[in-house]
Amino acid sequence: MTIQALTPAVEPNTLVAVDNLRHLYDRGVVLDGISLRLRDGEILALLGRSGCGKSTLLRIIAGLMPATGGDVSLDGQHVDGPADGVAMVFQSFALFPWLTVLENVELGLEAQGVVSDERRKRALAAIDLIGLDGFESAYPKELSGGMRQRVGLARALVVQPKILLMDEPFSALDVLTADTLRTDLLDLWMEGRMPTRSILIVTHNIEEAVFMCDRILVLSSNPGRVVGEIKVDLPHPRNRVDPEFRALVDDIYVRMTAREAATPARDGVFPGTGIGMVLPRVSTNALSGLMETLAAPPFDGKADLPPLAQQLHMEVDDLFPIAEMLQLLRFAELFQGDIRLTQAGRRFAEAGTDERKALFAKHVVAHVPLAAQIKRILDERPGRRAPMLRFKDELEDHMGEAEADGTLRAVISLARYAELFAYDEQSGTFSLENPT
Amino acid sequence: MIFPARSDLRAASVSVNATSAWPNRYDIAVFALIAAALVLIVRAAHDMGLPLAQLHAAPVTLDPANLPNYALRTTLRMFAAILSSLLFTLVVGALAAKSRKAELVIIPALDILQSVPVLGFLTFTVVFFMGLFPGSQLGAELAAIFAIFTSQAWNMAFSFYQSLATVPRDLDEACRHFRLSPWLRFWRLEVPFATPGLVWNTMMSMSGGWFFVVASEAITVGDTKVQLPGIGSYLALAIEQRDIGAVGAAVVAMAIVILIYDQLIFRPTVAWADKFRFEATAAQARPKSWVYDIVRRTRLLKRSVAVALRARDSLQQLPASLWGRWPHHWSLPRVSSRLALASDWLWLAVVLAVTAWSLWTVVAYVRAKLGLADLREASWAGLLTLIRVLVLIATASVIWVPIGVWIGLRPWAAERVQPVAQFLAAFPANVLFPFFVVGIAAWHLDPNIWLSPLMVLGTQWYILFNVIAGASAFPTDLREAASMYRLRSWQWWRQVILPGIFPYYVTGALTASGGSWNASIVAEVASWGDTKLEATGLGSYIAKATEAGDFHRVVLGIAVMSFFVVLFNRLLWRRLYTYAERKLRLD
Repeated sequence: MTIQALTPAVEPNTLVAVDNLRHLYDRGVVLDGISLRLRDGEILALLGRSGCGKSTLLRIIAGLMPATGGDVSLDGQHVDGPADGVAMVFQSFALFPWLTVLENVELGLEAQGVVSDERRKRALAAIDLIGLDGFESAYPKELSGGMRQRVGLARALVVQPKILLMDEPFSALDVLTADTLRTDLLDLWMEGRMPTRSILIVTHNIEEAVFMCDRILVLSSNPGRVVGEIKVDLPHPRNRVDPEFRALVDDIYVRMTAREAATPARDGVFPGTGIGMVLPRVSTNALSGLMETLAAPPFDGKADLPPLAQQLHMEVDDLFPIAEMLQLLRFAELFQGDIRLTQAGRRFAEAGTDERKALFAKHVVAHVPLAAQIKRILDERPGRRAPMLRFKDELEDHMGEAEADGTLRAVISLARYAELFAYDEQSGTFSLENPT
Repeated sequence: MIFPARSDLRAASVSVNATSAWPNRYDIAVFALIAAALVLIVRAAHDMGLPLAQLHAAPVTLDPANLPNYALRTTLRMFAAILSSLLFTLVVGALAAKSRKAELVIIPALDILQSVPVLGFLTFTVVFFMGLFPGSQLGAELAAIFAIFTSQAWNMAFSFYQSLATVPRDLDEACRHFRLSPWLRFWRLEVPFATPGLVWNTMMSMSGGWFFVVASEAITVGDTKVQLPGIGSYLALAIEQRDIGAVGAAVVAMAIVILIYDQLIFRPTVAWADKFRFEATAAQARPKSWVYDIVRRTRLLKRSVAVALRARDSLQQLPASLWGRWPHHWSLPRVSSRLALASDWLWLAVVLAVTAWSLWTVVAYVRAKLGLADLREASWAGLLTLIRVLVLIATASVIWVPIGVWIGLRPWAAERVQPVAQFLAAFPANVLFPFFVVGIAAWHLDPNIWLSPLMVLGTQWYILFNVIAGASAFPTDLREAASMYRLRSWQWWRQVILPGIFPYYVTGALTASGGSWNASIVAEVASWGDTKLEATGLGSYIAKATEAGDFHRVVLGIAVMSFFVVLFNRLLWRRLYTYAERKLRLD
């Protein structure tokens, strides 16, 4: 196991080369200065949290959308649309519900103009390879999730792709099914039964990346940048409880929680400052639940994120926003893959309902600028009411419409729990009065 | 059937070697049906082209022996119209979805056209088509077919456009990823995805269409009087001759036609379209049809369909063989986006200019003969008709909502009543008008009040069967929760079931109200032999102007009615719709 510096080498066996890629969307920088190489014979993971732009990056490489700046080339050829020799597996499977398994698999060949007998032969071979025998005439809605993704795989492999792109391919499946599919795919890969020469997997699941890949690129969020490259030399089949495996997973956790040195210090990890801070929607139940778990043994106020995630049966994507919201509210601190409750956090965990709400309200006003501002304006107004749109317009000066919407929802949820102010969905107004 | 079932393709493709090419007994049944239909179509099509003189020489008679032939002619007009509507839909709907410039014109136009009273059109189309084919029955036939077309095409095209605009993102990406040609994409993604909505709209349009086919067969515009052979003309003659027995015969004939349509067309098509529903899981209650089941069991037919489909799909390889694989680069590069915007504005300006000019032409035409007093008269009449529509929809709702809820919550009842409600919605109510007119005339009732119910006679069923559908779909857990907490009487209605069925109710009431405006043109004036009954309203205003051949007043009447309908839709129905979409969705 070695950790390399961030220098994309120009090598002769490079299949995909991405250079200095930039992508803007709706006022925000989604991807910033991304450079990477996909080499012949490797499985590469793009690891990052939801919203870090990794799926966008995959779509740009696939030629499904143009980037704002930078260059992508496949085999030395500039990408300007879906190219030959590339196939993609979708998170949602993207199967056509009105086509049978066989017809779904044949689709790509049909688009290439392959004659129908040849088409059938190759599709049946792919179906056979992927273990879908007997399901040829079934419709996708008759299949389980795992079987559906097998169809997605067969549909991708049948066009003999040099490069296989996978967009969170197993995240819509249950744990057991996902594991089986991963192992089956690795078997095909190891035994050289796939026509594919390289695989690029986008995922937010650290264990999945370590389990499957030869190399992992860690992407940061807001904006998406490559912040680390990890080479995984463990022999296959890899064992999840092997200490080396665990150490690697821990190391990646640290990298993903580490604040970037390059970004200026600011209030936590959420993009934007002051009322322009983009907040994720986190359930207040999850916030108090996490504080309780942390306060109780075996953690006693401090935990390593990986074992914590394991105990709570959560993935990084579920755990991080909660932990970061706690950090913003100063109920906890995140440091190098650890989470530690603050004094306030401990008090919260031990308090009763009313005391909790009072404490929570205090912290929300102190540390969530938007909530503080709404509260202040409501206090100033004689009618103690204000329209939601007024704040939404203001937010949209700082962020995109969808983000403004999400941030307002997040603040409303915090304020409702804290009983800071009320929001009436019907009329779209904030008010100080609570129904009695 | 236009888009044959996918399962046909599957069976033919997977088990190609296993099954023999020999027809089975289901094939024989289906081919007998198809052959009979073809013979009848050819005969009737031949008759359609005959000169008008023939029609005068052998006019429509009340001999019941002629009724089957009349029924066939009526049905054929219906199918000619539905096929043209389908073609129109595929072309115009796709155009609107794919070209921004076309969208700018087509969508507002469809929106307005949906609100224009269909029977008002007839006045002009009859003159136009008769001029196109002088001396031939074909002109009058085409006018009637066009009238039905105008009652169907707009909402079908709208539905298709909306489906194309909401194609799921991942499927769109998969299509682009595999570089499907536009042709293949159209048939593999867009048409299948749009099919459930389109089929439902088509079937609803067709149910509504029977009303117009009956109304448009016997046409009098000024001095031009045409009676095309059909049930509508038969009925008109029966009314003229005060023959209540013949009216009864027409009702029976119509009922049989609708029954056959329901069993052979409506049900199989809805059952077939079910497989295109975009749902991850298999539905519990799937529509059933015995005809569809038979067709699915045929062997030879399925193989022929598969061959035809393959021929259609191989069409996409024609361009491919000419210039290689479909390139599929990104559409418009970003540099030209400003240029594109500018050309959009230019296009919009041109469209607005043409619209303004057309409006001005219409105003100038009407003003040449009519003044402000006429506008006041037409608006007053419009207001009266508006009040009628409102009162009638409200009355029908008060009656049918509770009944529909009661039926919908009982699956055994819903299963029996729903087909009847759909049948009644398709049955052209104007065939039943004479019975009411005879009653009103006999008891000397006020036509201003008693003619009004005729407007909702045929359209009230839309409310009923939509409410039944809504109540059937109401989640069991919510019902159980309501009974656990013993919600009763008014609270149960207000907080449980009315919000639950509201989106369905709005759909039904909107359809019913649109139909009622159209029906007013034939419902506000009625006759029985020499007895003429008339209710003051915009419908009778247009009907009288049509009969007198007064085109200026017809134009004014249509314009005012369109205005009322658009206003009514914007101020009431669309708001209710948005509200239902936002607040009361149960998923």
